[in-house]
Amino acid sequence: MKNQLKGFLWVGLGVSLLLAIFLSPFASPSPDGLEKVAERHGFAEKGEGWTLWKYAPFRDYTLPWIENKKLSTAIAGAMGVFAIFLIAVGFATCLKKGKVR
Amino acid sequence: MHIPDGFLSHGLNAATFVVSAGACAYGVKKVNQKFGEKEVPLMGVTAAFVFAAQMLNFPVAGGTSGHFLGAVFSSVLLGPWAALIIMTLVLVVQCLGFADGGLTALGSNIFNMGVVGALGGYAIFWFLYRLSGRSQKGFFVALAVASWFSVVLGSTAAALELAISGTSIIGVGEAIITTTAVSLILKTRPDLVSCFHKRIAPSGLAQEGGVS
Repeated sequence: MKNQLKGFLWVGLGVSLLLAIFLSPFASPSPDGLEKVAERHGFAEKGEGWTLWKYAPFRDYTLPWIENKKLSTAIAGAMGVFAIFLIAVGFATCLKKGKVR
Repeated sequence: MHIPDGFLSHGLNAATFVVSAGACAYGVKKVNQKFGEKEVPLMGVTAAFVFAAQMLNFPVAGGTSGHFLGAVFSSVLLGPWAALIIMTLVLVVQCLGFADGGLTALGSNIFNMGVVGALGGYAIFWFLYRLSGRSQKGFFVALAVASWFSVVLGSTAAALELAISGTSIIGVGEAIITTTAVSLILKTRPDLVSCFHKRIAPSGLAQEGGVS
């Protein structure tokens, strides 16, 4: 039972990494529904004026210092997958039964 | 459907932030009661998968693209409250790490994709699954319908927020959301709403003939 779960987790993490590395560089670059509506109604520029948080290291899912855009997205995606995995596991560990309160 | 900075009014962002934060706080409590050894790594993998899948924009009609939301997916695996927390973590990482969705709009994004998407989507799933008599076929029909609704309702919420922010009826939305949020807090933790007590206190003081 325990081993089965472990296997499932590795597969899940592997699939996520593969998606981020091999598929995300080929994702559709078209604007999403919200951006499309913003363009059509002429308020898209409102979102480009200022941002509160200017220190996002991987803006638009790319590493600024890597020229090749596909490679850049793949690496950024893989780093994001690892980061969110570690954060979620860390958070869940803190939330485990009896830890809070 | 990640809303960037500058699209919504600050009042609305603040209001959705309060609602989202309240929902997350309750979610943390709920998850804490339920999570054991098994759920911890599962939460990590689910969050990682949702993040990866959200990168995969696929083309939709008319030069638009969309991507997997993962709210109902997470709900069915780990329960709606854990799903809300997963969506929140993913949105925070996307916002701070990848400039996807504004920091001021974080509360609204969590509201749309977490509160509406995960909690609302799960409610629809649960209702339909019960209605189907918990059959296997019913499970998948409920899953499909709820997934569809989670995206549509989440987008509707985003559109409503934009409409509310864009017109002069900001105050109406503000009033509705603030009242809902505060009444929720009043129900669970009345001691947190300082103004509510202040209104009762003077009359109490008057009855006692004044303390000072």
